[in-house]
Amino acid sequence: MQGAVGFAERAGHILLSARFWRGTLATAVFLLVWEAVARAGLVRVPAPSSALVTFNDLMRDPSFWFSWYLSTRRVFAGFLAAMLVGIPLGLGMAVSRILYGIVFPVFEVLRPIPPLAWVPAAIIFWPTQELSIMFVTFLGAFYTVVINVIDGAQTIDLRYYQAARSMGSSSWDIFRRIILPGTVPSIVVGATVGIGIAWAVVVAAEMISGGGSVGSMGGASGGGLGFFIWNSYVGGSYNQIVVGMISIGIAGYISSALLRKLGELVTPWLHEQ
Amino acid sequence: MTVVSTPQLSARPSAGSLERPPAASAGVIEARDVSKSYGSARFAKTVIRDCSFTIASGKLTVMIGPSGCGKSTLIRLLAGFERPNSGTISIGGKSVTEPGRDRLVLFQESALFPWMTTYDNIMFGPRARAERGVEPRRRAEFLLDKVGLGAFRRRYPTQLSGGMQRRAELARAMINEPRVMILDEPFRGLDAMTKKLMQEYYANLYEETRRTTFFVTTDIDEAIFLADQILVMTNVPTKVRAVIDVNLPRPRRLEDVIENDDANQIKMQVLSLLHEEAMKSFAHGSKAAADFIDAYSKRVRKPS
Ligand SMILES: Nc1ncnc2c1ncn2[C@@H]1O[C@H](COP(=O)(O)OP(=O)(O)OP(=O)(O)O)[C@@H](O)[C@H]1O
Ligand SMILES: [Mg+2]
Repeated sequence: MQGAVGFAERAGHILLSARFWRGTLATAVFLLVWEAVARAGLVRVPAPSSALVTFNDLMRDPSFWFSWYLSTRRVFAGFLAAMLVGIPLGLGMAVSRILYGIVFPVFEVLRPIPPLAWVPAAIIFWPTQELSIMFVTFLGAFYTVVINVIDGAQTIDLRYYQAARSMGSSSWDIFRRIILPGTVPSIVVGATVGIGIAWAVVVAAEMISGGGSVGSMGGASGGGLGFFIWNSYVGGSYNQIVVGMISIGIAGYISSALLRKLGELVTPWLHEQ
Repeated sequence: MTVVSTPQLSARPSAGSLERPPAASAGVIEARDVSKSYGSARFAKTVIRDCSFTIASGKLTVMIGPSGCGKSTLIRLLAGFERPNSGTISIGGKSVTEPGRDRLVLFQESALFPWMTTYDNIMFGPRARAERGVEPRRRAEFLLDKVGLGAFRRRYPTQLSGGMQRRAELARAMINEPRVMILDEPFRGLDAMTKKLMQEYYANLYEETRRTTFFVTTDIDEAIFLADQILVMTNVPTKVRAVIDVNLPRPRRLEDVIENDDANQIKMQVLSLLHEEAMKSFAHGSKAAADFIDAYSKRVRKPS
């Protein structure tokens, strides 16, 4: 959408902004304190510097990147399924009292069950371990997406419906041009929060279900980042634990940032100046 | 109901007007003994009681009443979003039971769709009715130009000033060429300067089209400047207190109206009516307070 000039200009803006520098400074201070605490031996946590050395080694290890790939794939598969099912369901529940009456009680009974409690059942129910993990990830994002869609659609100002109706809108037209765009901002919020939950869930699910049977890379690190961390713990490699944790943090951050960017593209009226 | 009528003075141009009014005597909007209350049977609050009026075709009727008297409630009934508890409302001879294309309502607060650009907002009606071809687009262009928003066609409502939003909303309503326009305090909340400009602007627009208009306000100067006829409302529960014809020649200018003797006489008349209503509600309030204290003191005394 934007040319190279626009990008360079924007990058320049970011580099000059106080916000950017505050963020950088805060991160630097955090790392420095951590380094100091670790070196002083106050806690049994590897120092950032030694984690960095381990990270440098792992960069050249394809199975480490394969863990990234596996977790990312699961998160996005589960997340996309949650969007594909959750958005129509939420919209349907918002516009139809009947559907709402049927689905909502079931939904509210299932919702308090933490996605991780589903892991054993999912492993039994789904034919492959991969599908079970994706299913649990799906659940993680699903509830948030649905709740946000329902809430977004229900809080659209009555005046918009009234204005549309008095100009001759049919129900379908109102759905397409009022309810749908009016709900988009909440869908974006639900998606951004949902993918964060999906990351949290996938890591735990991978730890519980183990890495054994999955992946052509085979071996211990075939089970995604969650299993990578667990395996590092079992193997006593504390540096790798830290690298795994930070990897998840970065992956989650990138996913959320990506969604926020996409969200801005689909809600231009909230962002244009 | 006091009906103050003076002979028609204002010239009515027929050539060049977009809408030719039908037989002058036919009321376009007829309200008969309309009552509306909210709440349960036990705790009902009556907002409108036995309200009747007739609005003539091709005229600009201004309704003025104390704040909170029930004007917006009446508008919702006219729009067909709510039904009266008793009484009837008809527009163009047809009983109002649901929202209809024959009338367009501009609500007190802006209701432009935030997710649509100015142009898409204006084109909402034609698209809703699947009107195809160049004709709706031509009308949209014409109106964009008319309301002076040509340069803002691709902007979203939040990027427009308050006055611009009101103009965009006027255009969005007018493109549908409704039989009746209903405006609920459209210029409330604008700063004094913008408000003045909008009033002059709106008066021009009205004079070009002469579309039957029902205009609600709490501003006397605005009422006199715009109106062919003023309905003065009572306090809540509201009904029509007086109907006053305003026969100042058109086109009007704000300055002329300020200096005009007839206009000032009407202003005094409306002011005194509104003052009476305000006093009534005050008296009513203190009576209620007196009753409360009376009842309270009785209850306190009882146990002894
Ligand atoms: N849906 C409702 N339920 C209960 N009471 C209502 C409802 N709508 C309006 N009222 C009451 O009716 C009265 C009149 O309200 P309304 O908004 O019609 O007044 P208004 O004349 O338009 O006032 P303003 O000049 O401030 O716009 C108020 O006392 C309000 O509390
Ligand atoms: Mg009102």
